[in-house]
Amino acid sequence: MRREGSPWQGLGPVMLKELADHFSSARMRVLELLIVLTAGVAVFIAIGRVRELVAEDPFVLLKLFTVDRAPLPSFFVILGFLIPLMAIGLGFDAINSEHNRRTMSRILAQPIYRDALLAGKFLAALSTIGVSLLCMWLLIVGLGIYLLGVPPSGEEIARSLIFLVITLFYAGVWLALSMLLSIVFRSAATAALVALGLWLFLTLLWPMLAGAIAEVIAPQDPRYQMLGLQTPATYEWTTALLRLSPGQLFTEAVVALLNPQTRAVGPIYLEQLQGAVVGALPLRESLMVAWPQAVGLIAGTIVLFVAGYIVFQRQEVRA
Amino acid sequence: MSEPVITARGLTKRYGDVAAVDKIDFGVAKGEIFGLLGPNGAGKTTTILMMLGLTEVSDGEVRVLGNDPMRNPLAVKRRVGYMPDSVGFYDNLTATENLIYTARLIGIPAAEREQRIKAGLARVRLLDVADRRVGKFSHGMKRRLGLAEIVMKRAEIAILDEPTSGLDPQSTAEFLDMIEELKREGVTVLLSSHLLDQVQRVCDRVALFQAGRIVLMGSVSELARQVIGGGFVVEVEAKAAAGTELDARFGAIPGVLSVARVSEDRYRLTADRDVRAEAARAVVAANGSLYHLQVEEPSLDVIYRRFFENQAAARQGVRDAA
Repeated sequence: MRREGSPWQGLGPVMLKELADHFSSARMRVLELLIVLTAGVAVFIAIGRVRELVAEDPFVLLKLFTVDRAPLPSFFVILGFLIPLMAIGLGFDAINSEHNRRTMSRILAQPIYRDALLAGKFLAALSTIGVSLLCMWLLIVGLGIYLLGVPPSGEEIARSLIFLVITLFYAGVWLALSMLLSIVFRSAATAALVALGLWLFLTLLWPMLAGAIAEVIAPQDPRYQMLGLQTPATYEWTTALLRLSPGQLFTEAVVALLNPQTRAVGPIYLEQLQGAVVGALPLRESLMVAWPQAVGLIAGTIVLFVAGYIVFQRQEVRA
Repeated sequence: MSEPVITARGLTKRYGDVAAVDKIDFGVAKGEIFGLLGPNGAGKTTTILMMLGLTEVSDGEVRVLGNDPMRNPLAVKRRVGYMPDSVGFYDNLTATENLIYTARLIGIPAAEREQRIKAGLARVRLLDVADRRVGKFSHGMKRRLGLAEIVMKRAEIAILDEPTSGLDPQSTAEFLDMIEELKREGVTVLLSSHLLDQVQRVCDRVALFQAGRIVLMGSVSELARQVIGGGFVVEVEAKAAAGTELDARFGAIPGVLSVARVSEDRYRLTADRDVRAEAARAVVAANGSLYHLQVEEPSLDVIYRRFFENQAAARQGVRDAA
């Protein structure tokens, strides 16, 4: 049976209201403050280090995003940590709060489909993150120009903007996941805890587990071990398993983009490096290197959103 | 009955093996107040949600204003206003802001929005708190805001789920008045309630639910006739002129089923309609003096209870006969 009428009816009003809610909420204030402060500190330190390290690097601006100084990690690593937190913060009570405030059936009794409510909330949260990211980007580029005194090249701007888009999809994965949880669990606290639990698992435990599981699937070869080398099969399995975590995909894609010297992510054999010319890759080639990871993040966003959509469509309106 | 705006035929909703609504049939005519009454969990809310296309129909069909709510829910929801049981609003927004959001969802043109919101709030007497946050509102005020939304929407059908539960008697009376006002404007009202006596005053016709089925349907007096076999009890206090007996005269009034003499000057007539006028005429015609005349309308509670007593008795009878 086909339903009639547009699924987009009401998308605009829902999105505008959610945007207004996000921008005025205290939760958003705290998250923004957290991100800006950490990013600011990281960039400030990076600038000091960039000054002493590279005088002749053609990609000085990109260094601001990637250079670290122990014990502080670089800006994009911090972002990899904080973006999931921000996305979870914006999404964990998207749907269940409508049930708990008892506004759900009243809103759905208006001439809109559920599609509009879900998509509107998703797009509003994603735009909120997008706006914050853009502000952060302007801040960093501005600080970079001011403190380093070097105007950025067109390629640097392009690379860092593509980095923003990839970050946005990385946020999309976590946002879609937390919204899925907000549909499945009626209690916002449960949804938040499960989302944070998954985040902790994927960022802290999974890197350790991936290695252990890989050794079970493809045991280490003692001949390689005697030479102090990684067994290729084990190493390949470890990377494959690690890439189930969106954080890993994000890191690999960003490294390929922001560090033009990167020729490959993942295992690489010595013979593949023979005859290679050392130097920066053009933007197109860097994009090719980052493309599979970027597609992984985009696909993850879509799959999780669709999963949430299906569960939401089948859900009973009554509490 | 004029043209029906809502019709249900064999409407069924199953959750697994349990039928929450079991093959119900009913029609609601344009401009009437129709009550879905019965205890909690009898299937009233499920029926309402099926009419709005908010839950899937398992079997049978329902038409609202000629549309199938499953196939074309937007057309239905554009013309029907719904106030859910325990209606909620966004607490951090003011009453006006809440209505602006709904108005946008409905697609009311920006030029009309303000005026229609004002009109809606004025109708439910919330205009003076229009700019206060809904979080500060009482239960009854939120209900009224829900009604304002329906007024603003200019809905042709208003569906109100448990509109009076949890309200104090005064608010209940006020709310029922507002519902009647809607009816005078030509809005068809469908309301559900478990408080039978409270809403019987406003309902033109009612359907009594029991475990997912409609067991009784019709106007209150029809049901009274059907179940109690009378329903109207008229109390008359009158002194008869010497030598005349009033009992026989009362008994001769068409529609009177029985006459009981409660005391010397008090009579209790059971009738299938309101026979006060005829009773008064009978007293006067017999040269008697009339002191007091009062009609007790049949109460839905009594009808409902009696219906199940009758059913139980019938079952008992069948068992005894066997």
